[in-house]
Amino acid sequence: MTNSPIVALHGTPAVAGGNAPSEICHSPLAPGGAHVRSVRDEFHGDLLEVSMGPHHPSTHGVFRMIATLDGETIVKLKPVFGYLHRNHEKIGENTTYLGSMPYTDRLDYLCSMTNNWAYALAVEKLAGQPVPERTEYLRVILAELTRLLNHTCLAGFLLQDTGASGTPLMYAFREREKILDLFEALSGSRMMCNYQRFGGCRVDASPEWLEAAKRLADGYNEFLDEYEALITGNEILMARTQGVGVMPRQLAVSAGITGPMLRAAGVDYDIRKVDGYGVYPRFNFRVPLGDHGDTYDRYMIRVLEMRESIEILRQAFAQLPSGPIMDPKAKIRGFKPKPGEAYGRIEGPKGEIGFYLISDGGANPYRYRVRPPSFINLTVLEDMCLGHSIADAVIILGSIDIVLGEVDR
Amino acid sequence: MLGIGLLKGLGVTAKNLVGSFHDPARLVTTEYPEQRTKLPENYRNFPFLVYDGTAAIDGLRCVACKICEVECPPQCIYIIPDRDEKGRPTKKPKVFDIDISVCMSCQICVEVCPFDAIKMDQQYEIAEADRFDRLLLKREALAKPNSYYQEIHPAEAAQVDAMLAEARRKADAKAKAAAEAAAAKAATAKPGAANPPTRPPAPSGSTPATAAMKPATAAMPEPAVPPVQPTQTPAENSATGNPVAPKTGTPGA
Amino acid sequence: MTLVQLSRVTPGVSDWFFQSLSSPFIAAAGDSRLERLPIIARDLLTSRLPEPWRWWLNSLLAILVVLFGFAILFALLTLVERKVLGRVQNRPGPNRTGLPFTKLRLFGLGQPLADGIKMLTKEDIVPRSADKLLHFLAPVALLAFSILTFAVLPFGRNLVPVELDAGILYFFAAGAGTELAVFMAGWASRNKYSLLAAMRALAQLISYELPLLLSFVPVIMMAGTLSTTGVVEAQAGWKFGFIPHWHVLTPWGFAAFVIFMVSALAESNRSPFDLPEAESELIAGHLTEYSGFKYALFFMAEYFGMCALSAMAVTLFLGGWRAPLPFLEIVPSYVWFALKLFALLFGFIWIRATFPRLRIDQLTRFAWKFLVPMALINLGTAAFWSLTCNWSGPLQLARWAIALALVAGPFVVMGRKLSRDYAPRTYRYA
Repeated sequence: MTNSPIVALHGTPAVAGGNAPSEICHSPLAPGGAHVRSVRDEFHGDLLEVSMGPHHPSTHGVFRMIATLDGETIVKLKPVFGYLHRNHEKIGENTTYLGSMPYTDRLDYLCSMTNNWAYALAVEKLAGQPVPERTEYLRVILAELTRLLNHTCLAGFLLQDTGASGTPLMYAFREREKILDLFEALSGSRMMCNYQRFGGCRVDASPEWLEAAKRLADGYNEFLDEYEALITGNEILMARTQGVGVMPRQLAVSAGITGPMLRAAGVDYDIRKVDGYGVYPRFNFRVPLGDHGDTYDRYMIRVLEMRESIEILRQAFAQLPSGPIMDPKAKIRGFKPKPGEAYGRIEGPKGEIGFYLISDGGANPYRYRVRPPSFINLTVLEDMCLGHSIADAVIILGSIDIVLGEVDR
Repeated sequence: MLGIGLLKGLGVTAKNLVGSFHDPARLVTTEYPEQRTKLPENYRNFPFLVYDGTAAIDGLRCVACKICEVECPPQCIYIIPDRDEKGRPTKKPKVFDIDISVCMSCQICVEVCPFDAIKMDQQYEIAEADRFDRLLLKREALAKPNSYYQEIHPAEAAQVDAMLAEARRKADAKAKAAAEAAAAKAATAKPGAANPPTRPPAPSGSTPATAAMKPATAAMPEPAVPPVQPTQTPAENSATGNPVAPKTGTPGA
Repeated sequence: MTLVQLSRVTPGVSDWFFQSLSSPFIAAAGDSRLERLPIIARDLLTSRLPEPWRWWLNSLLAILVVLFGFAILFALLTLVERKVLGRVQNRPGPNRTGLPFTKLRLFGLGQPLADGIKMLTKEDIVPRSADKLLHFLAPVALLAFSILTFAVLPFGRNLVPVELDAGILYFFAAGAGTELAVFMAGWASRNKYSLLAAMRALAQLISYELPLLLSFVPVIMMAGTLSTTGVVEAQAGWKFGFIPHWHVLTPWGFAAFVIFMVSALAESNRSPFDLPEAESELIAGHLTEYSGFKYALFFMAEYFGMCALSAMAVTLFLGGWRAPLPFLEIVPSYVWFALKLFALLFGFIWIRATFPRLRIDQLTRFAWKFLVPMALINLGTAAFWSLTCNWSGPLQLARWAIALALVAGPFVVMGRKLSRDYAPRTYRYA
């Protein structure tokens, strides 16, 4: 009863043994059961193994899914990654604390600001380095802008994966450009910001920059409304995403899923609320939760999170204090924290992004480890895809929101 | 009812189609070679070396102290200090190469440079047909005048220039005092009065902070006196020691 | 009566034209010089030839005109589609390619030419393990089938290449062959994605051929003919002097038109039914292993199919080449036909710019559980409409009400059933 594709359809991971003899219809009550079985076998035919990726239009980089298909239904899916592995953690151990900062930009290249923050937070914990208040606010502003940026991109890419000919993607990118322009004006680079420093940040935001950012935050709801009118009520999108790729709460918790994916499964866990790092406790915002844990929930949770981010941004602009942006005691060169270990984590747009550092008192960390949300969220891909068609696998992957730079590191 | 969402979507696309003909917010393309967006002042691309005066190589602010070489995360900088006939360092780079195919524009070299000698360029049209030679920028290609720096980063450059002038004034005064003291003492030791002025603490570059704001990196440790300058006066050095010299764990060396 | 009468060869130089004039369904406005321009031009070229040669030349001319016309339309359409998609997506679309060797850009009008040259000069790669014959035949067959369908389309008054009595039947028979060619392509490529695409294409063909055919049966019932010119003729005349008698302006006709267009989207593999070449899932589907000019042929065939189906929709539901208002009949009929065709093609592009793609099971479910029943019910509505054609006065209103209810009722009921599992959701906050 085990090696049959039919069983696999109902959730038991089947061994893709090609044309394994099926006993599914064998029953003592059925005379000539053997005959029936052979007909069934012929009807089902062979399983088809399709290697999607590493060069595939919708695998978001160099990711590969070896999917075993029964017709178009996935009975087994093996993710293969590591094509983009570039020794990030080992490089981190061989370069100075500051030298790793630009490398964190390249982890999740959509969210360099939050990566910077998580790393800076870990190092500041390690060195016991205080941060000026204005910087804390700037960090919140930039992190929420990054969240807008990331979720906007995700919404665009997800719709692109469902085959929407680029229109939602282009709208998303239109808005994303505006945020990238802000990042460029502030940090000098659009995506590789390299902005945070231990005990502060590199450049102060000018009043004009803040004004532009405020304008963007105020106008963002308008874009979201238009985007939702375009796509959220769309029957085709609902049919494609509702009930597809359901992730049960239990699985989400036990697999260590974080971020919007976890909240779409209905688990109330947001590090901004749990840890209250930075100045987040000073802001009023809500955490949207999904009830179904399917792809549609994952998409909608992100849209709702964006609306909450806009609220946070508004409050942050209103409260932003003046003052220094760099702690006077902070060191740029010759930075050597005392021996010890620290784990700094923040709620990145994709989930919990954390850096674990051990210092031996030298200029380099003794151990440097990243907790990448994309990678850990990707581990449940097969569980979500089994029993769905290959077209669904693409959008389930899209809804996980991975960036291969972070998965492979 | 079935189809309402679809019709709404069609409405949105129609609005954008019509809007693209009269609303600039709905036709966002910049047609690149003819039109260009204005770069923000903070924009950074690849580093260049600033020189004062008119002589490109002689006027370089760089003293070949190798701090940037050590701090550069991808290690794209290669420096050989120049020496005179007697083998003494002349505090000029003989070789200063930046491999811009390796450089990741992180600006850390700018931040760590105590002499404001290296800055970020804004030249982004740097495609080359040659894969190897011309991506390795030599000293001559890297050297650009201070006026160019002022042109691309006006606010930042003004700040830097003011600081340098201040430093020069102080150094001159100090050198004068030292010379007088030396003359008075008539000692044999010759303090580095003739040396180019080393700067007191100065921000490391891109800090167009508001006037009220203390410059971001102003509080960094006293600029390390380059380890290759044995004749340097040790006065400033004693505060923090020399944090750069015993740099451990040169990555991948 | 026709540009080329393959079915009924009429000998003699003069009676050709006079017969068409005496034909019962030529309206009074139909004999302006502008209207007769294609025929006059044709006669200028060929009228002096002896009969068998003249007939042959006429046929050849008609074929050339249709082929070149649609080839140019195809070239334009690729550009227009990219332009419209671009504009919808807040970008200008291709606007750089102008006249070669000059600085003239002409809004990117040179783009189709550049594309064509590129396609012609690209290497034609055939996978080693592919079925070489089928791999070669597939694009050829696809294009051949699509071109065949142009034969019976009435492009204007008196302008129909072949006047077939069973023209509509012929059209759909030839059109159905395209899916076979897609299957050939998918099978012969020996590529897993292509194979999946081939299976999808077949499933789609079987599902959507049925509603497509059922949707225009009411038209044939009303017109009483399978000839395309006959259908156009059945839509002549004006109600109250200005509302045309187009089929789309009746309840059953509107429903049939919508069903036809949805099925046509699926038949021509256009978004949101572009499953066989779903690029986010199957790379390029059956086109994965094609390159160079074969690839271009596939595209050509896709656009030809789209044009042919749109033209057929114009013929069946939008009054063919007829003007929408009486006083607009001064404008020649072929212009009206082209305008209507462009409107429908624009609809295709607009839909492509907006919708995400369906999944294969949803696609077939939509066909079998929604479109086919709707088309069947629509047959009944059409029958009712035809039986009550002599109702007048207040009964006319009742007729409209009943017919509308017969269309809207099943739409709402079945639509609700179809989208029962899907609804916008509300979310709670922690």
